[in-house]
Amino acid sequence: MSWFTRLIETPKNILKSSSSDAGSPEGLWVKCPRCSEAIYNKELARNSMVCSKCNHHLRMSAQQRAELLFDADTIEQLDTELRSEDPLNFKDKKKYKDRTRDANKKAGPEDAIRNYIGDIQGRTVSASIFEFAYMGGSMGSVAGEKIVRGMEHALERGCPYILIAASGGARMQEGVLSLMQMAKTSSTVNRLNEAKLPFVCLLTDPTMGGVSASHAWLGDIIIAEPGALIGFAGPRVIQETVGQKLPEGFQRSEFLLEHGLIDAVVDRADLRDYLSTTFNHLTDRSFRQSA
Amino acid sequence: MANSYLEFERPIAELTSKIDDLSGMGKDSGVNIAEEVERLNGKKDKLVEQIYSKATRAQICQLSRHPDRPYILDYIPHMFDDFQELHGDRAFSDDGAIVGGLANFRGKSIVVVGHQKGRDTKEKIKRNFGMPRPEGYRKALRLFKLAERFEIPVLTFIDTAGAWPGIDAEERGQSEAIARNLQELAALKVPVICTVIGEGGSGGALAIGVGDRMYMQQFSTYSVISPEGCAAILWRDRAHADEAAEALKPTALDLQSLGLIDAIIPEPKEGAHRNIEEAAELMGDLLEKSLDELLNTPLDKLLKSRAERLRNLGAFSG
Ligand SMILES: [Zn+2]
Repeated sequence: MSWFTRLIETPKNILKSSSSDAGSPEGLWVKCPRCSEAIYNKELARNSMVCSKCNHHLRMSAQQRAELLFDADTIEQLDTELRSEDPLNFKDKKKYKDRTRDANKKAGPEDAIRNYIGDIQGRTVSASIFEFAYMGGSMGSVAGEKIVRGMEHALERGCPYILIAASGGARMQEGVLSLMQMAKTSSTVNRLNEAKLPFVCLLTDPTMGGVSASHAWLGDIIIAEPGALIGFAGPRVIQETVGQKLPEGFQRSEFLLEHGLIDAVVDRADLRDYLSTTFNHLTDRSFRQSA
Repeated sequence: MANSYLEFERPIAELTSKIDDLSGMGKDSGVNIAEEVERLNGKKDKLVEQIYSKATRAQICQLSRHPDRPYILDYIPHMFDDFQELHGDRAFSDDGAIVGGLANFRGKSIVVVGHQKGRDTKEKIKRNFGMPRPEGYRKALRLFKLAERFEIPVLTFIDTAGAWPGIDAEERGQSEAIARNLQELAALKVPVICTVIGEGGSGGALAIGVGDRMYMQQFSTYSVISPEGCAAILWRDRAHADEAAEALKPTALDLQSLGLIDAIIPEPKEGAHRNIEEAAELMGDLLEKSLDELLNTPLDKLLKSRAERLRNLGAFSG
């Protein structure tokens, strides 16, 4: 059964404005995918890629997210040297090797995950952040290894670990090896739990398939950005299988919250404060100290 | 019961029916018939050998979901004694797509958990075509924890097209249920042996497929996505499923060469679906040996090597 939905679309929301658009020297406006408001690109960037009119959270690159997450000048990227191999010598209409070469050009050579160490309001945190622009954030061997290493950076430093998910699921081109990354990443969560290190998952648009059904749903705290599509099977596959209309808001963050599947929906603007407070609570250990 | 045959098995089917017809003519027809039957049986053996040894990946995918292929409930009477099926997840319902319980396997108590497809229409619906919902995975987890508490080893048997892609499954946390099992199985404090006996359909298979040993029956498959699903996405056309099957490398031989399984369990020469007794014995012999080895391994060593196996999964450079 297919679980990897066709989520990898080229963004159609970038509108090049005509030269007659006075007051936009860069000539780049973005149309909000939800409310269709035309937003000045710089304003959108200033507002963390959130539509100021309707609060729609647009997709972000891993680097943008790192900059949003961490205190300025504390960010270090790790594990940049890992590269995918082609264990199956996979070829569909296109060779896997060509796909990764193209993705390297488009989204950088670090595959679908970037690992960072940085401070959040003065506290060191290890983070693994999915890069959706890299083959739809699909998880193959490199992504799996990087997630495990991200957890291990937290274990070495005794600090919290954050996973920011944005993925269509497992990477088909690495076959069952991709599937096994689910087991690999999920098993490492046991080590974080044993060490009592806080593990927070932030699910963003979209978080599907093999990523949602492994480490991304194993955090001590699981939060989601507003309006994100999150689930196991893709809506199109479900629609085709059950042959009935999907409920309003199905598989969106708010739907998950209502069904008791996540802890909270958190606005991008509140993320750093939210995380700091969570880490304060989970590392206070007042009971143990008084015992 | 009449056998079902796949398209590529047709020459075998034709020869088999010819042999059956001849045998049916009875003894009075003389020695010539007996000789002819013997000759045709010899021919059939060669044909079977030829067809199965040359089966393409797409054909092996078909074999792994052959309508006559034995399911776990077919194997249980041949492999185990004193089976007690245990039902339900204690929270929502009893998912028929996963069965489990206590059993005796060659003198030792075990917990058995496996996917169950249905044979006829009524049972197919009852079993939801072997595609579990969250409550199925949670039932499995309950039995894994039961096994841990009473120090009973776990044998799992994988045979599913995948986890159920339905509205209800999503509402009850399909992702969470699968993820939880992966994490819990990775650290379960008893030996766990996983065997693919049919289709290993992605996350829905893996959710009962993390353990100390991983085996596949000769004509089973294990894949991140079905060939049809893969073709629909990468070729944008399900008609390319055979090419997708080749590309995905989902056969037991493929997984063995990728270093992902410990051994291939041989099947009777025409496949498990033509001789379940022999298939059950071949599987039982290997599992018994494997279980003895694991039971002789100290628990800390067992858990450490399981964690290391999982840690080392993947192929990358740098
Ligand atoms: Zn908007």
